Amino acid sequence: MSSIYRTLAGPPLRHIGFACLAVWLVGVSYGAVAVASGLPAWFPAVQGALVLAGASEFLFVGIVAAGGSPVTAALAGLLVNARHVPYGLALPDVTGPGWRRLLGAHLMNDESVLFALAQDDPARGRAAYWACGAGIAACWPGGALLGAELGGLVPDTAAFGLDAMFPAVILALIVPALRGRAARRAALAGAAIALAAAPFLPAGLPLLLAALALPLASGDRAAPRAPRSQRSLP
Amino acid sequence: MTAGPLLAAGMATLAAGTYGFRLSGRLLRARVSFPPPAQRLLEDAAVVVLAALAATTALLQGHGFPGPARPAGVLAGGLLAWRRAPFLVVVLAAAATTALLRLAGVR
Repeated sequence: MSSIYRTLAGPPLRHIGFACLAVWLVGVSYGAVAVASGLPAWFPAVQGALVLAGASEFLFVGIVAAGGSPVTAALAGLLVNARHVPYGLALPDVTGPGWRRLLGAHLMNDESVLFALAQDDPARGRAAYWACGAGIAACWPGGALLGAELGGLVPDTAAFGLDAMFPAVILALIVPALRGRAARRAALAGAAIALAAAPFLPAGLPLLLAALALPLASGDRAAPRAPRSQRSLP
Repeated sequence: MTAGPLLAAGMATLAAGTYGFRLSGRLLRARVSFPPPAQRLLEDAAVVVLAALAATTALLQGHGFPGPARPAGVLAGGLLAWRRAPFLVVVLAAAATTALLRLAGVR
C-alpha cells in the first residue's frame, strides 16, 4: 500500500479517492433500491462483494423485483458484464502472474480499467489499478450494506435522484476519452445503436451491439494523438 | 418475491460468470501479444460500450422511458464533467438535478 501511495501521490490518488467515494454513494443507492424492491437486507452487500459490477447488479435487482426469474436476471447481468473480456484484453499486465492475477481479475471494473489506462507509465498504471480496484471492492459492498439499512427508512429513493447517479458516474469516467472527435463520434453512434436496439433485445445485448460503431473511432489515428496526460481522468 | 435458494443461485451464476469473463480476458492477454493499434481499438471498444451503458441507463427503465427528470440530471452531470468539474460534484449534481425536477413535479 505504501508503494502505491508513493507512486500515485498527488492528483491521481485524489481522483481515485473521489471515484471510490462516488461509487460508495451509488452503492448506498443500490442497497436502498434493492431493499425497497423487496429483496432481503443481506442481498445487496453480498452480491456487491461477489459480483462487484454495479450495472449488472442494478439490472439483476430490477428484473427480480419486476417478477422475473433470477436465472433470467443472471443471464442479463452476464450480457452486461461481457464487456470485461475486452477490458481484460485492453489492459497491459497490471497484476503479474499467479495469485495476483486471480485476485486482480476480480478487481477489474469500469473505473479501475479506466484509471489504469489513463496513467502514462506502467508502474503508475499498475498502482492505479490496485488502488482503484481495492477501493471500489471496499466501497461498493460497504455502501450497499449501509443503503440496505437506510432503505427501510427512506421510503422513495427516486425522490433523491439516486437513479441518475450511476449513468453520471459512467459518463464522468468516459468524458476525457470523448475529447477526441473520432472517439466521440463512435461513442455517440454506439449509444444510438444501443438505444435503438433496446426495445427489441434482452437487456445487455444492445451494449454489445454498440461495438458495431467501433470503426468510426479510427479517424483519430491519422492525426497524432493528444499526449496521454491530456486525456487523464477527472 | 423469489425464494431464497433460487435467488442465491442466480446471484452465484452471475458472480461466477462475471469472474470467468474477467479472468478469460486476462489469460488471453497474457498469451497473445497485441500490436499497439489493436490495443487502441480495444480501449476504444471499452469507451463505446460504456457510452452505450450510460445512454441506456439514463434513458431507459426496462424497455420504456423513465421520464425526463433522470436524463436531465445525467445531462447536467455530463456538462459539468465536460467543464472539468470534480468527479464528486458531477455525480451529486446529477442526483440533485433529478431530485429537484421531481420535487417540482417533473417525473
